[in-house]
Amino acid sequence: MSTVRLEGVEKAFGSRPVLDGVDFAVEAGEFVAMIGPSGCGKSTVFNLLAGLEVPDRGAITVRGDSPVSHSHCAYMPQKDLLFPWRSVLDNTSLGLEVAGVARAEARARAAALFPTFGLAGFEAARPSQLSGGMRQRAALLRTVVQEREVLLLDEPFGALDSLTRTEMQTWLQDVRGRYRWTVLMITHDIREAVFLADRVVVLSARPARVCRQVDVGLARPRTLSMVTAPEFAAVEHQLIEVLHEQSRRALAQQEMAAHQEAPQS
Amino acid sequence: MSTSLAPEATRTWRASRLLPAVVVFGALLLVWQVYVVASGVRPQVLPAPSRVLAQGWSHRGDLAMHAMSTLTVTLVGFAVSLAFAWAVAIAVDFSDWLQRALVPLFVVSQTLPIIAIAPLLIIWFGFGLLPKVVVVALVTFFPVAIGLIEGFAATDRDAVALLRSMGASKWTRFRYVRLPSAMPRFFTALRIGVTYAVVGAVFAEYVGARSGLGIYMAQQKNAFRTDLVLAAVAVTAAITIVLFVSTYAIEKIVAPWALAERSM
Repeated sequence: MSTVRLEGVEKAFGSRPVLDGVDFAVEAGEFVAMIGPSGCGKSTVFNLLAGLEVPDRGAITVRGDSPVSHSHCAYMPQKDLLFPWRSVLDNTSLGLEVAGVARAEARARAAALFPTFGLAGFEAARPSQLSGGMRQRAALLRTVVQEREVLLLDEPFGALDSLTRTEMQTWLQDVRGRYRWTVLMITHDIREAVFLADRVVVLSARPARVCRQVDVGLARPRTLSMVTAPEFAAVEHQLIEVLHEQSRRALAQQEMAAHQEAPQS
Repeated sequence: MSTSLAPEATRTWRASRLLPAVVVFGALLLVWQVYVVASGVRPQVLPAPSRVLAQGWSHRGDLAMHAMSTLTVTLVGFAVSLAFAWAVAIAVDFSDWLQRALVPLFVVSQTLPIIAIAPLLIIWFGFGLLPKVVVVALVTFFPVAIGLIEGFAATDRDAVALLRSMGASKWTRFRYVRLPSAMPRFFTALRIGVTYAVVGAVFAEYVGARSGLGIYMAQQKNAFRTDLVLAAVAVTAAITIVLFVSTYAIEKIVAPWALAERSM
């Protein structure tokens, strides 16, 4: 039985369909990247998995449970959302505290992960004192320490400069290898998807469905030099073709909608 | 290291920012003094600043007694107002129905002419503390309540979603995110409110009281002691400034990050 399972999931906001029968699964210990044209409903899939929204039709299960009744997913939103009124340590232990873990124990459990996340010595610092990369690692720590079965990462490195992003990707691959997390990650960056994931799920233009799944058969640990290898380029090329076709469709749709909304001339 | 340097930097920054205001204020007092001395205008019409200071000092016992009275009205009235504003703002944050029911009423309450109502309050509640506390509360409730309601509503939706994904109840979300998110707006509203509170207290006393700077001003005006009226005005201004500055001190203790955020 798959850890995460979506079957024929449909969701509309008002009269606007966003998801039109999304099917895919994530196995235990697997790293799956999800890509698709912007605005296609990737974040909606995450909101459904995090139990923030309910599907109109279809079934979602995570470890056999519906996310609304019992969530097994820890969610890392696009923005780091570190609160300025809490120290870095108190920010990272937030999820445990909310879940009812005693404050001292929550802090101790989060603090134990600080060296792994390259944050040792910054426990008492304010979030504003951290660099961009450190803020993302703190946000990831806050997600991981909840010890839920599945991590949902929504463009975790989207806001970083490309050099920091590359470092963070290498670092994430390294810690993920150690902890064997089950990860579902949204990204706009095809190279990032191929570098990190075991499998890439491509969503179509809105209303979204899964239009392609590509297994990334590259050996681990992956190194930066592999990015230029022919096998890497082959996977990347497949994805670029599908994604661009979908992006063109999405763009055409947006133009159509703009024309319809514009006053008759 | 950077944290120990920061407060000192802000202090010198503030002192140098205040300097132009002090210079202009001093220059205005000087012009006033020179004009009174040169023109020989009668002190009943316009006393010189030096006379206001000297007469104020020689009546310091009276002024202090009335100032204490005014300060009591201000603080009690503002405390009552704050308690109501918090209770109502939290209730409104938890219930859309209450929000739609109450917020328009608050706006309407602001259209009531307080000048007409204050004398009625004296008729209803007498010359004691109560009518003055009611006036101060009426004047300050609106800005504080609206500041809080808008502060709660200004919470980042994504932050609330994050807390929901962690399984937080509505109350937990309020305590962990909405309440701290409202602090910057709350303290802005507090500063506006506390200055209104002093004006409200003096006005309520002016209408009728046994003691207080308001009634003191009214009595001195009737005795043509313009110098003592102005001395009472100066004391009122001093009280307002002290209360205003103390809100920064409170903010520094309660929500230092809100101060830091605003100065960015």
